[in-house]
Amino acid sequence: MTDVLFILFAVVAVGGGIGVVTGRSPVASLLFMVATLASLAGIYVLFEAHFLAAIQVLVYAGAIMVLFLFVIMLLNLGHDYRADLKYGSWFLLSLVVVGLTAGVLVQGLMGTGETGLRAGGAEVAAAIDAAVVEKGAVGVIADPLFTDWVVAFELMGLLLLVAIVAAVVLAKPRARQGEK
Amino acid sequence: MGEMQELSTFWFVTVAAVKVVAVFTVVMGVVAYMTLAERRVSAFIQDRLGPNRVGPFGLLQPIADGIKNIIKEETMPGTAAKFYFVLGPALAIMPAVVTIAVIPFAAPLPTPVGTVDMVVADVPIGILYILALSSLAVYGIVLSGWASNNKYAFLGGLRASAQMISYEVALGLSVIAVLLLVGNVTLTETVWKQQQLGMWFVFPLSLAFVFFLISALAETNRLPFDMPEAESELITGYHTEYSAMKFSMFFIAEYAHVVTASALLATLFFGGWDIPFWTGDDMFRHESGWIRGFDEAGAPIPATPSVLITLLTLGAFCAKTGFFLLLYIWIRWTLPRFRYDQVMHLGWKVLLPGALGYVMLVAGTMLVLDQLEVPFGPVYGGVLTAVSGVTTLAFLLFVDRDRVIAGAHRKRNLARRRAGLPAEAGDPAVSS
Repeated sequence: MTDVLFILFAVVAVGGGIGVVTGRSPVASLLFMVATLASLAGIYVLFEAHFLAAIQVLVYAGAIMVLFLFVIMLLNLGHDYRADLKYGSWFLLSLVVVGLTAGVLVQGLMGTGETGLRAGGAEVAAAIDAAVVEKGAVGVIADPLFTDWVVAFELMGLLLLVAIVAAVVLAKPRARQGEK
Repeated sequence: MGEMQELSTFWFVTVAAVKVVAVFTVVMGVVAYMTLAERRVSAFIQDRLGPNRVGPFGLLQPIADGIKNIIKEETMPGTAAKFYFVLGPALAIMPAVVTIAVIPFAAPLPTPVGTVDMVVADVPIGILYILALSSLAVYGIVLSGWASNNKYAFLGGLRASAQMISYEVALGLSVIAVLLLVGNVTLTETVWKQQQLGMWFVFPLSLAFVFFLISALAETNRLPFDMPEAESELITGYHTEYSAMKFSMFFIAEYAHVVTASALLATLFFGGWDIPFWTGDDMFRHESGWIRGFDEAGAPIPATPSVLITLLTLGAFCAKTGFFLLLYIWIRWTLPRFRYDQVMHLGWKVLLPGALGYVMLVAGTMLVLDQLEVPFGPVYGGVLTAVSGVTTLAFLLFVDRDRVIAGAHRKRNLARRRAGLPAEAGDPAVSS
């Protein structure tokens, strides 16, 4: 049952990903992306990562993509279609990147040691279940995040702040030109 | 003794299927009769009769409406983006009907095959599941507004997306106060903690309740927040171009959201299926059995699920949810619509900072109480109630600022000042 669901979600996720880059209208691309994000959330549930799945849908599909949709519609984009996929050397380069990524993934899937995705297997799943019963679905993530990894967490917050400041700085001169 | 008999896999699947069908049917029935209730209550408020011709007291009106909507012609605007035009209503109704699944509606029911939880799916992420899926509801509205290729529908869709994103933030922050007190996100535990505290969360978290009520009204797009379909400005907004059953879909979705929001308000702030002033119905899954609470030494007190308690608690849950359904209708026919900039102002400049500050206040109070080792009970709740009560009063007075709550003398003077007349003597507030 789990395998069937995994294959279903995986097909939708990959199909959605292909749809994002081949879709002719930005709205279609966006909906494909929502489908991809939603099926990723489904895969997280299969991995017993319920909290991550909820946050995936809540933050990415429910908030960020809605903002994207808002911008696409407000600016009324999507009337001029140009192919994003360039051929020639860029095409070759992208093939190489895809191949390397696939290689890493296959190694991760097939590997049995510490790095393999299947490392642990049923024991890890049982340990996660026990932790969820003890701390709750959120506590399992929040506990290590705010104790062992709190510095990294705060740095991530700082990084996001830098990105916001950069976006404001980038947007400002253009706004002034628009006024003239 | 509260020994727990687990369901076998076969019975688990069977019981789950029965629960899904039963809850879905009940929700659809409530939705149908909400439309009638809305028309009858609005008629009562406006001193009319309302629909009373089809069946006794008009009780068959929803069925007549349903038949009408099914046999009506489906229009398809020639300039619409056809695929998205059809997809819109489907996307709108999907999140609306699945969110109710995680809300517990009664105490566990004992059956010959084992004890059955009275909730369709007690998922570990609980409230986050509702927040996540209801955040997807906006796609249906935005896409149908855009696909209609109609200026009014499009503006309605844009308003919907802006409004729903804005109020989701306040909604989430007001829920955080509840999560702090519960210590988990599942709704069964939310009910249990309210039973343990000895009071419903509406008292210790009164301001969170106010924020949640306002945000939930905005999220369901109902008056006074029905910007996306403001009739006097946008014809009917995003569903201008829809007819027959596709139009009905939006309404079923809206009312299903109202039912979920009412059930959620009852669960988060009014004890869910808890019966007040009676601890006999308290029940929670603890290790291998059902418990009613903990005694002085911290040992669990066992509880025995019974059919009678299940029925009584189901009645309590329905009564609370019904009250909020009525409140929704009442508000809609009492308050006028906001202006769009007022909606944004309230969401971002009042509710967001207010809810953020309140979360800090609740967390700080809880930290102090935990440091003083106050046990989780009436004293704990009492202190939080006092702190929250003062804050809520201050917030309401700040929001009101003499608009509604002011003495007649003061109001007359304010009116005089607006008219350019000198104030009557004896009111220092007006002369400033």
